[in-house]
Amino acid sequence: MRMSGKVLAACTVFGLVTGCGQQQTAATAASSADYEKTLRMQLETAKPGDVITIPEGTFPMTRSLVLSASGVTIKGTGMDKSVLSFKGQIAGAEGLLVNASNFTIEDVAIEDTKGDALKVNEGSNIVIRRVRTEWTGGPSTHNGAYGIYPVMTQNTLIDGSVAIGASDAGIYVGQSQNVVIRNSRAEFNVAGIEIENTIGADVHDNVATNNTGGILVFNMPDLKQPGHNTRVFNNQVVANNTRNFGAEGSAVASVPAGSGVVVNSNDNVEIFDNTIGGNNTANVLISSYFSVTYSGERKLAETFDPYPEGIFIYGNTFSKGGGAPDRPALQALRQAMFGADGNLPDIVWDGIVNDSKFVEGRLPAALSICVDNGASDIVNADNANKNANPKIDTAAHRCQLEKLPAIVLPESSATS
Amino acid sequence: MIRALSIGCLLALMGACGGTPTSVQHFAASAYPTHLSDWGVLDLTSERLTPSKGFMPYDLNTPLFSDYAHKLRAVWLPPETQAHYSPDDVFDFPVGTIISKTFYYPRAPAPEGALLRNEDNSGDFDGEGLDLRKVRLIETRLLVRQDSGWDALAYVWDAEQREATLEIAGDIKRLDLVSNDGAVHPINYVVPTRNECANCHATEHASGKIHPIGLAARHLNKAYEHYVDGSAPQLQRWVERGYLDHSADDAPANALWRAGADDDVEHRARSYLDVNCGHCHNPQGAADTSGLFLYAVETSARRLGVCKPPIAAGRGTGGRHVSVMPGRPDESILIYRVGDTDPGIMMPELGRTTVHEEGLALLRRWVESLPGVCT
Repeated sequence: MRMSGKVLAACTVFGLVTGCGQQQTAATAASSADYEKTLRMQLETAKPGDVITIPEGTFPMTRSLVLSASGVTIKGTGMDKSVLSFKGQIAGAEGLLVNASNFTIEDVAIEDTKGDALKVNEGSNIVIRRVRTEWTGGPSTHNGAYGIYPVMTQNTLIDGSVAIGASDAGIYVGQSQNVVIRNSRAEFNVAGIEIENTIGADVHDNVATNNTGGILVFNMPDLKQPGHNTRVFNNQVVANNTRNFGAEGSAVASVPAGSGVVVNSNDNVEIFDNTIGGNNTANVLISSYFSVTYSGERKLAETFDPYPEGIFIYGNTFSKGGGAPDRPALQALRQAMFGADGNLPDIVWDGIVNDSKFVEGRLPAALSICVDNGASDIVNADNANKNANPKIDTAAHRCQLEKLPAIVLPESSATS
Repeated sequence: MIRALSIGCLLALMGACGGTPTSVQHFAASAYPTHLSDWGVLDLTSERLTPSKGFMPYDLNTPLFSDYAHKLRAVWLPPETQAHYSPDDVFDFPVGTIISKTFYYPRAPAPEGALLRNEDNSGDFDGEGLDLRKVRLIETRLLVRQDSGWDALAYVWDAEQREATLEIAGDIKRLDLVSNDGAVHPINYVVPTRNECANCHATEHASGKIHPIGLAARHLNKAYEHYVDGSAPQLQRWVERGYLDHSADDAPANALWRAGADDDVEHRARSYLDVNCGHCHNPQGAADTSGLFLYAVETSARRLGVCKPPIAAGRGTGGRHVSVMPGRPDESILIYRVGDTDPGIMMPELGRTTVHEEGLALLRRWVESLPGVCT
């Protein structure tokens, strides 16, 4: 009967965890060092409809948490109250890894992970609300790469969240479709908010400050999906002048410190109604893949479109930026064109275009870079010729593009 | 829920009440037993651990590296059933199939409790089973084919090597490994959680469904040394036993793992990448986000990483610009990540906490052998 007793005991444990775990947790876990195992069991045995609550407290975690069940909500008591601390992490490339759809996480902090803090890999209907990811020791190349990191997702909302200290991007949405990032704050990351190879993103009402680069819209080669259609509006992109602490070779390591909004190789990007200022390299940078160094000036992958096309900039409130560019060539250009105490114009463009698409000597209107932003100028840095003939080019870019449609998320995601 | 659990427990009780079962038992997904012995997959005496009667033991040409753990693998098919043969994909096994993989280490003569860090399993066996006086059992993982698909379970062995217990949330074991030069390497051996099993075994990541990895023709196409009647070619034995619905005459073969060899570098390196990386780095795998494909059938040098910039490697670049720089292992991200143990840098992300020195040496030699320059 020894055996039977053991099995009975085991069944009792199982019953607690799979059946009544939610009620048990809040009461017993808050002060318990065993909370890691409790939470892990809830995630491992989760079923659609489960709401996993994380109580108030700071809970040490030694290895990644993984959720694979769809339809699960993780709910804390506040992004400064319910804290999962991975300072002592010994295994796993993430803090929380989610391989699931219909996922909501809110009011939780994930701190000091060795790799990415919160990664959602391939899922639909993802809501990340009032979540903080942070490396608490400040900017360091040894910090994990990404804070909030949905990749290959559909219908993703990031709302009211905070990302601090990522050695790559604080909020990074890659290879996704239909994304809204709003009311969030990114600070002291290499890239504050980055949209990469994503189709359809609205980035609005966020604050990006003290990053190396504030808001990035990039396309990278070798991926299935080239990105397009991103709207960046109503954001405050201010004083992103933190030195670049990204690992060399990563895409963001090519971003000069002092970059406000950066568009690289991406198409159909609308930048409007933002407050952008105090970014010492440039308030807005528009560039092709040729002007970045992350692959060491190597040959392009076939089928990759390296040119930024269909860029529309209007209605932004700019304050002085571009006074101390973090690139010798741009610094020389600034001094030559605008004097020792001068500033680069608000919009700096590498000037590299795809002349194979020219019709009657110029790009078709829909592929243009259009600037309709009051007195703000655009400078063509002439990167193709090693900055031999830079020029203020505002008149040639005075145009308008058809506005992009707003992103509409399924109702369940959009309501807060 | 309560009722389902009760039934589950009742089933588990019934399974257990007869003592150690003498034949394979099956359980519903809601009723997986707490103890490994209830499954009847392994025959345990005080001196020997052997795959139970009806199980076919097997091993792989180039295996996955798991912190130098040795592995005893066996598969069981329900009577009168067959797996569907494919030359390229994992065989399609019938409902009821059970795959067991026991992770263990040979014991070191000293210091007390230490284990050997080597890849030589020739001293582990007593006939077709493991000599328990010579090895320490760590965990036994099961893959169980249910109606709905495969389930993964990890059972962790007790210190007395009498029973292993289901750990859905995984475990961490502090082990001391002694390398051939006598150095002691303390490691945190990680038993995966159920969801972590899927991190590798959900080879079609978006579906979340898990599959076996090693049970494909190219991995199995070799001789197995420890059948009860000695050595024999595995796939031939499988066909003879009626395990496969098709002859395996056209089976491809990955390279047989040979540490330190210097011939056939391309084939051995591609075999190593296939089994260690290809389960995620394939066009449907969890690492399809990277555009880097390391599975066996990839033919594009660029997709294999040659001159390819990283996508989201973060600090995993180690300051290098491309995944594979021909001729220059020290400028290749792939080499950097395989040679590191920081969880935020290392590849594979799971399943090891130590560097596989011999695997790293092979990959370095492969990168050195690649011609051309990145332009």
